[in-house]
Amino acid sequence: MRDVAVIGVGMNRWGELWEKSHRRIWTEAALEAIADAGVDHVDALYVGCMSGGLFMGQEHLGALLADQLGMGPIPGTRVESACASGGLAFRQAYLAVASGEHDIVLASGLEKMTDVDGGAATYALSTAADQEYECYHGITFPGLYAMMARVHMHRYGTTREQLARVAVKNHANGLLNPLAQFQSRITVEDVVRSVLVADPLRVLDCSPITDGAAAVILAALPQKGSKREPVKVAASAAATDTIALHDREDIAWLRSTDVAAAKAYAQAGITPEDLSFCEVHDCFTIAEVMVIEALGLTGRGKGGEAAASGMTALGGRVPVNPSGGLKSKGHPVGATGIAQVREAVLQLRGESEGRQVEGARWGLTQNMGGTGASSVVHIFTRA
Amino acid sequence: MIGSARYWREIPQRYRYEAATCDACGKIHFPPRLVCSSCRGTRFSRTTLAPEGAVETFTIIRVPPTGFTAETPYAVGIVRLDDGVKVTAQIVDADLDELRIGQRVRVEFRRVQKEGEAGLLCYGYKFVPVGV
Repeated sequence: MRDVAVIGVGMNRWGELWEKSHRRIWTEAALEAIADAGVDHVDALYVGCMSGGLFMGQEHLGALLADQLGMGPIPGTRVESACASGGLAFRQAYLAVASGEHDIVLASGLEKMTDVDGGAATYALSTAADQEYECYHGITFPGLYAMMARVHMHRYGTTREQLARVAVKNHANGLLNPLAQFQSRITVEDVVRSVLVADPLRVLDCSPITDGAAAVILAALPQKGSKREPVKVAASAAATDTIALHDREDIAWLRSTDVAAAKAYAQAGITPEDLSFCEVHDCFTIAEVMVIEALGLTGRGKGGEAAASGMTALGGRVPVNPSGGLKSKGHPVGATGIAQVREAVLQLRGESEGRQVEGARWGLTQNMGGTGASSVVHIFTRA
Repeated sequence: MIGSARYWREIPQRYRYEAATCDACGKIHFPPRLVCSSCRGTRFSRTTLAPEGAVETFTIIRVPPTGFTAETPYAVGIVRLDDGVKVTAQIVDADLDELRIGQRVRVEFRRVQKEGEAGLLCYGYKFVPVGV
């Protein structure tokens, strides 16, 4: 396998982009990544999209987007793993370059979620859970994570305020990211007084509905005459777990993240202590708490203390979600995993203006599907 | 979107609570499947799930999906049955403020939802507190 680097990144402002079509949103991000890399072509493209069919009534995105980019007849592949579609698309692009099949590949993610109403969007997202044995009974995605939160709080003593602190931290970071959907500071008080969605989770514990796209360019190392400092993909790993939450031995443990992270640390030859920062899948506040435990940043059951103690804040021991995370940056599901990679690359280049982690050397991204039925972990370092 | 064939296929599980016990390792699967997730065994015996269990975790749904608006707010939980199998279902006839992890519950056959587009009345299992 060849060494692979990210040599260009692109992303537009995320939010409720009523005036823009999915083609336009995606093409803007792709063109920016291509310009950033300074390449004149790509050999193939991958796009992570959870549900083009349910959100936009449009499938067949690999071909559609290759054409929009004016690069047909290159192969275009759409990758789906629910909310981890972007992370898995990046991994497929990585494997395509590492294997020698392609030299320069575009990895991207896209979701256009506001062309349908709230009920339809909720339904589309719920298809990441077991339709017959979970959703049939009236459970929602916030409800599933609420059930995980309740076990975590009951068993480990994680508090309502500790969960709120995750949202407060990520909104504070998002304020420093000009592309984030929300540019607003919130307080613990705001979170614990916001509307209940599924006890104990409230609306400010939840990531939003977002339109957005992101794209990155991968190429084999060594890169001669690259316009940008290449950022090396030091590890790529993915794992799965049962799709139904109730089928898991331990409802409060993310086994897929644990397994993928262990593989990734071994590939990169580092331990969690070596990480300078992480971008993780905080679709709900409890998700960030459980993810950092599975990544080994804290002990099992100790994730709740991390945001409250400042350990995961910018300037803390290991900043988590310097971009603002899904909570503040927004969560156009298929694009999220690619945006995480973009943030990791900017941090390692030293270009995360206003939210730069000083001396960043190793960065990790973790992207998760459903209630953790799939996880994708990547580790990056300066080439 | 629950079409009539899709609904009909799950009736043995939803109406009769039918599960499958792996002949090789004894793990009970609900719903039945073709390959055991513990030992990859492929031979199973039909069994019926235990009627009682305890609430492992739960939530109160305040923002419901389509088809569940009328009963909102309502409780959904994961119940660990006395045979060790865990299932997701609504917990009904319960005081939502009093519901706790560990609450003993018993299965009942109830209407679960009315599917909007086809107008199907959908039935299945729900749980009610025991000894309340």
